Amino acid sequence: MTIPRAGADTLLAADVGRPASATRLQRTLRERLLSHPLAVVGAVILLALALLVLATPLIGMGLGIDSDTQDLFARMQPPSAAHWLGTDELGRDLLLRLLEGGRVSLGIGLVIALAAAVIGTLVGLTAGYVGGRTDTVLMRLTDGIIALPRLPLLIVLAALDVTKLGLPDQWAHAPMLAFWRIAVIITLVGWTTVARLVRGATLSLREREFVRAANALGAGSARIMFVHILPNLAGSIVVATTLSVGGIILLESVLSFLGLGIQPPMASWGNMLTNAQEMIWSAPMLAVWPGLLIFVTVISCNFLGDGLQDALDPRA
Amino acid sequence: MTRFILQRLAETLIVLLVMSFVIYGLIGLMPGDPIDLMLTADPKLTAADVARLKALQGLDQPLIHRYLLWLSAALQGDFGYSRLQSLPVWQVLTPRLWNTILLMGISQLIALAIAIPAGVRAAARPGSLADNMINLTAFAGMSVPLFWLGILLIMLFSVYLRILPASGTATVGVHSLADRAVYLIMPVLSLTLVTVGSQLRYVRSAMTEVLRQDFIRTAAAKGVSRRRLLYGHALRNAMIPFVTILALDFGTLFSGALIVEQIFAYLGMGKTIFDAIMGNDFNLAMVGLLLSTAVVLLSNLAADLAYAWLDPRITYR
Repeated sequence: MTIPRAGADTLLAADVGRPASATRLQRTLRERLLSHPLAVVGAVILLALALLVLATPLIGMGLGIDSDTQDLFARMQPPSAAHWLGTDELGRDLLLRLLEGGRVSLGIGLVIALAAAVIGTLVGLTAGYVGGRTDTVLMRLTDGIIALPRLPLLIVLAALDVTKLGLPDQWAHAPMLAFWRIAVIITLVGWTTVARLVRGATLSLREREFVRAANALGAGSARIMFVHILPNLAGSIVVATTLSVGGIILLESVLSFLGLGIQPPMASWGNMLTNAQEMIWSAPMLAVWPGLLIFVTVISCNFLGDGLQDALDPRA
Repeated sequence: MTRFILQRLAETLIVLLVMSFVIYGLIGLMPGDPIDLMLTADPKLTAADVARLKALQGLDQPLIHRYLLWLSAALQGDFGYSRLQSLPVWQVLTPRLWNTILLMGISQLIALAIAIPAGVRAAARPGSLADNMINLTAFAGMSVPLFWLGILLIMLFSVYLRILPASGTATVGVHSLADRAVYLIMPVLSLTLVTVGSQLRYVRSAMTEVLRQDFIRTAAAKGVSRRRLLYGHALRNAMIPFVTILALDFGTLFSGALIVEQIFAYLGMGKTIFDAIMGNDFNLAMVGLLLSTAVVLLSNLAADLAYAWLDPRITYR
């Protein structure tokens, strides 16, 4: 019987050997990721965008205006020294609007991806580890949400009158409501990918020796799930979350474009395109920049996620 | 197999029933209600009138009661009138459903005609220049915001080149196939471009998976020609997961169609649903949403059945 030996080895490795193996893993990960030029490019672009977007208030101070400053005498100006990318239909600085919109779009992408990852992980771990009827119910729910036509239902959810849900009036008209509403409804449909992935991996990990060993040592379900199983899933969860950010930013932008997401005067790349469609005859560049930034951000997320997937997938 | 089909069909119907209740509830939570609309039309209505009208229309009843009334009427084929069009809901939806089927069908066929040969080619020579180019195209298609792509196409073809109409379904008063075709070019082009992106990746990964297997090596060793190896042996097997994903992806295609219809003012289901939600056209929104849910659920059912039918190794009790 080799099973007890293997179990003890795994336990030892888990307690003593982790630091060494972790650095080794990190090194191979870095090497594999670096061999993926597109993933590196994606990571660099995302980092640069994040820094730029965080520095927006500083840039605004440097120019002496902010993203909401209107100048109706200087509408739809071409690029100039004062306005590097020109101005929009209300005479606001386009570059500052774009950066401000980026802060909202990137922020919402991150918030939703993290929330969806947490919910998906909890659901997947519970379904996979507890099994039985719990598993059936949770997975039916997951499959049901995956099976629905996503955009039409999101439109309905985004158009709901929140006061009818009993939300007080001053909340319903708070400027941040649109931000959190969009975050909540996209999270509601976004957790399913991670949940299925985590459940599948949990099902196979559950039968492994180190889990049985932990069980034999008297660890409770919660401890086994979060201390023993979850760390083994970290890689796949990170990949799935990275890959989901792009899709989330696309969903947010389309809802904002349709007038149901982020509400003006708060800028988002999606709602900057709402009016731009009507002005493609007079100011076509207004429609080019926000979309280009969405495109670059989403493709960078996808490149990075794809690279991470290859780096973490032992078969690749 | 018959039992499996019946069981899945029953499940689908139950999900659809549950969804009809959920959608009914959500529509009830939309801003305004029919009496509000009458109130804006006639400011002289008093609070007592409003209460009386609500009782008359049954709007003071509990949600479940109203839902059951709606359901019993719907089951008898009465889906009510569209507020904006002043027509029975079915008469509004039927022609638009055909418009959407046309848009989605043509886009999907063109997407397949590109994605299958290109995906096979990419999988056949992984790491080659062709593979890398195809991979980049796929990423671009997956990452481009569809509504922005539509705006760019309008800029190119309608603003600069002035060769295509910027929006619409057909020229008013003209009933010819050529006229319809002209209006379909840009919607189909944009929907095809984003669809090809994800489907290229599906074909490529399904093919890569199959090409790793032993029977492929055996066939190659036996001296089967490269073409026959790829298309005869490998693609046939790769189609099993691909067809399944295709059917599961139907909801994405429908969501794409909604965006495209909105950008190009193309009168299809998606635009109808959107306009109905925005315009407080409750009956139309309800039926439109339910119909699209039903279609998407049925395509999921089709995915399950196709999987069982295409792969003889799978048996269902």
